[in-house]
Amino acid sequence: MTRSVVLFRDLLIPLLPLAAFLVNGLFGRWTREKAHWVSVPAVVLSFLLSLLVLKDVLSGVNTYASLYRWITVGAFDVSVGVMIDPLAAVMLIVVTSVSSLVHIYSIGYMRGDRGYARFFAYLSLFTFSMLMLVLSNNLLELFVFWEAVGLCSYLLIGHWYDRRSAADAATKAFVVNRIGDFGFGLGLLLIFVTLGTLDYQAVFLGAKAASNQTVDLLAPFGGKLEIGLVTLIALLLFTGAMGKSAQLPLHVWLPDAMEGPTPVSALIHAATMVTAGVYMVARMHPVFEISPAAMATVAVVGGGTALFAATIGLVQNDIKRVVAYSTVSQLGYMFLACGIGAYGIAVFHLMTHAFFKGLLFLGAGSVIHALSGEQDIRKMGGLRNKIPATYLTFLIGSLSLAGVPLFAGFFSKDEILTRAFFAGDLGLVLWGVALLGALMTAFYAFRLVYLVFHGETRLLPDAAHHVHESPPVMTVPLWILAVLAVFSGWVGIPLIAGGDKIGHFLEPVFAGVPHAVHGPLVLQGLIIASSVLVALLGIAIADKFYRTSRGLPDRLASAWPRLYSLFLNKWWFDEIYDWAIVRPTRRISESFLWKVADVRIIDAFVNGVGSVTQQAASSWRRIQTGFTQDYAMTLVLGLLAIVAVWLAAW
Amino acid sequence: MTIPLSWVLALSAVVFGIGVIGLLTRRNILILLMSLELILNAANINLVAFSHYLHSMRGNVIVVFTIAVAAAEAAVGLAILLSLFRNRRTVNLDEVREMKG
Amino acid sequence: MVNLDQAFFLYFAAMIVVFSIVTITRKNPVYAVMALLVVFFHVAGLYVLLNAEFIAALQVVVYAGAILVLYLFVLMLLSVPREALGAAVHRRWPVYALVGGAAAVEIALLLARSKFAQRPGPYPPDVVREVGSTQAIGTVLFTEFLYPFEVISLVLLVAMIGAIVLTKKWTPAQGGEEGR
Repeated sequence: MTRSVVLFRDLLIPLLPLAAFLVNGLFGRWTREKAHWVSVPAVVLSFLLSLLVLKDVLSGVNTYASLYRWITVGAFDVSVGVMIDPLAAVMLIVVTSVSSLVHIYSIGYMRGDRGYARFFAYLSLFTFSMLMLVLSNNLLELFVFWEAVGLCSYLLIGHWYDRRSAADAATKAFVVNRIGDFGFGLGLLLIFVTLGTLDYQAVFLGAKAASNQTVDLLAPFGGKLEIGLVTLIALLLFTGAMGKSAQLPLHVWLPDAMEGPTPVSALIHAATMVTAGVYMVARMHPVFEISPAAMATVAVVGGGTALFAATIGLVQNDIKRVVAYSTVSQLGYMFLACGIGAYGIAVFHLMTHAFFKGLLFLGAGSVIHALSGEQDIRKMGGLRNKIPATYLTFLIGSLSLAGVPLFAGFFSKDEILTRAFFAGDLGLVLWGVALLGALMTAFYAFRLVYLVFHGETRLLPDAAHHVHESPPVMTVPLWILAVLAVFSGWVGIPLIAGGDKIGHFLEPVFAGVPHAVHGPLVLQGLIIASSVLVALLGIAIADKFYRTSRGLPDRLASAWPRLYSLFLNKWWFDEIYDWAIVRPTRRISESFLWKVADVRIIDAFVNGVGSVTQQAASSWRRIQTGFTQDYAMTLVLGLLAIVAVWLAAW
Repeated sequence: MTIPLSWVLALSAVVFGIGVIGLLTRRNILILLMSLELILNAANINLVAFSHYLHSMRGNVIVVFTIAVAAAEAAVGLAILLSLFRNRRTVNLDEVREMKG
Repeated sequence: MVNLDQAFFLYFAAMIVVFSIVTITRKNPVYAVMALLVVFFHVAGLYVLLNAEFIAALQVVVYAGAILVLYLFVLMLLSVPREALGAAVHRRWPVYALVGGAAAVEIALLLARSKFAQRPGPYPPDVVREVGSTQAIGTVLFTEFLYPFEVISLVLLVAMIGAIVLTKKWTPAQGGEEGR
């Protein structure tokens, strides 16, 4: 194949979903309940094309192309282009495969929905944007599609926009992301101002050259606070990643985003969009590598979020929220890996997480579907026999999440823990934190399994009446994801020589990263054993709490009421934000911006213009006599005046 | 070649003036339209005269256009007059004052 | 002493001025149309004097033949009773007449004080006389002024459609307001 044909094929991957979006978006009134016939083939086809791309990349063929020059203003020169390297290829596979399965699953889940065609249109638009995000070859293009996926997220969270909570959650997601994106935007500006380019390779080179430069943050105020230029850039970029990937303290939007339809939660808020932050940090790793401070920040924020979100996940009662906090926690693990320089592992975990977390969300969706919309796990139980396919796949997903050996999550998570252990003093602390987080993860994963599927039923009578297994169009994607949630980890087997295939595959991308320090094999084995032990311990505790001695959780909760209410109320984050930011803003807006600035100044000005015009008009209206010959007379008078001037000036 | 240009120009100025006076003073819309024709004719006389004295055909060509426009103007003006008369039973311009502010 | 051309001019000019005044002073529009007809014929004569036979013919055919007949037709259609006409001039007419007259005087002054370019073009009177004014106009009209010529045909078309639409009696079913 010639180069242009290859390029065309590569471009079809994002363009097919875009075409599906255009068809469903523009002609949704006609496609209606047949909308999936447009979107599903498009996305599946781009998945198949992605496989071809992966085959090419495996044989060492990378693509780098500028498609057209987008903006050229002075030194500012940005093209729209694509770059396909191993990292992008992995992301392509993850995005297109999960997206395809979610599209198929949605056929069943969204059946009969009023906004069926709209849903598929946005889902396809999201797929397009996400694919363009990972294919970008420069930071501005990345940023544009970074915003585009945020927009799709907003639109899809608010899919049931007539529901107040959904509309609020969509707004919240947008506003919180704005904070992160503001930082990201500042980072881009700083890069452009100091390095003069936004192209990846040029930025990496420029950052290396500028590694000794410093910026004085307080210079405009006469103070002095010096910070490394590259550190500042990296921190600003990471702010964006914190918003998008729901890291502390910008995590608050993700749990609320569960107001959207469950397939959306699976695709956007578990598998793909929220991992964009991880992807971005991995993509920009040459910049982060230069600044140890930024790396440490990334690692600490990641580790902190991993533990913090896990504590909340322990006690939540909404099935989707538990999985959502688990997502926040797992994203924390990915950032932890990035922060200690294990980018390949982060991407590996990103991939396995996409599969098992997508599976868990879709499984949760299947449960909700079976119970006609019930999401409270206190009102579930004993569903094991009624929806066996959902049970089995959900169990596989939970085993993978908990990190039970041979399941996908085990390989990636244990790699992170091992690497953390050998990453210096900070790494050792983070290893402890992550291990504690892993214990909690295993516990809450199986708390869900036991509460939802085991024990006797606590269903409300009328819901219990028509519990039904989901149709094949939903269970088949579950099974496919279940298979992936088991076997996708097998491309990164530790300890055995040649087992770490994905690490090897990604190596060209992370070539500049210093090699990881691995301790003696025995020690590595012990670390792995410890995390396996922790996972099994977590499952055992869950088993004890929710199967053998049922009263224990309540007793614990009443023994430590403060801790319990801290976790249950999500560490009061929403309340703190409400008190510290939302309310003062509202108060200022109401008392000053509205009643003074708007009413007294802006409105007064506008009304003043209006009333002056009105008064002038009411006195001047008399010249409009309605007597046509007066108008003709005016004309002649004008002629008279002009000619008189001319004659006088002769 | 014996008629001085100034004579023709004077004539056209006089006809123009008569047309303007008619336009400004009469009430009957028909007469107003005829006054307009007078004004157009005054302009035409000028054009033809200049064409003759400057040895060019352009003035004459523009007169052809003017006549076409005058025909169009008369057709539309009279049509408006007809439909006005149907609605208001009048042909007097000062009785139509819808535009009064 | 005046020569023959000048004598003819003075005759035409006198007739044009007199009958123009007659046109705008008649109370009965029929008389006004008749006076205007006289004006047009004399203007046509003037054109002949100025070496523009084709324009003269056009003046007679279009102005006298078509436009004035249109006026007469409308007069017939309207058939306004004499007593409904009321006063011939509106109440503020003296001021208006004064202003109109002043404008004409000013223009006359302007013309009198202007100097006109003396750059003879390609069509001196003998040439025109030789090829005929029709051919001379045609040559210029269909070369230099071809596009304006096409545009003017569109103007006529639009005027035609406009006149039809304006005078058509609309029924409510055809979407007219109050069946105008």
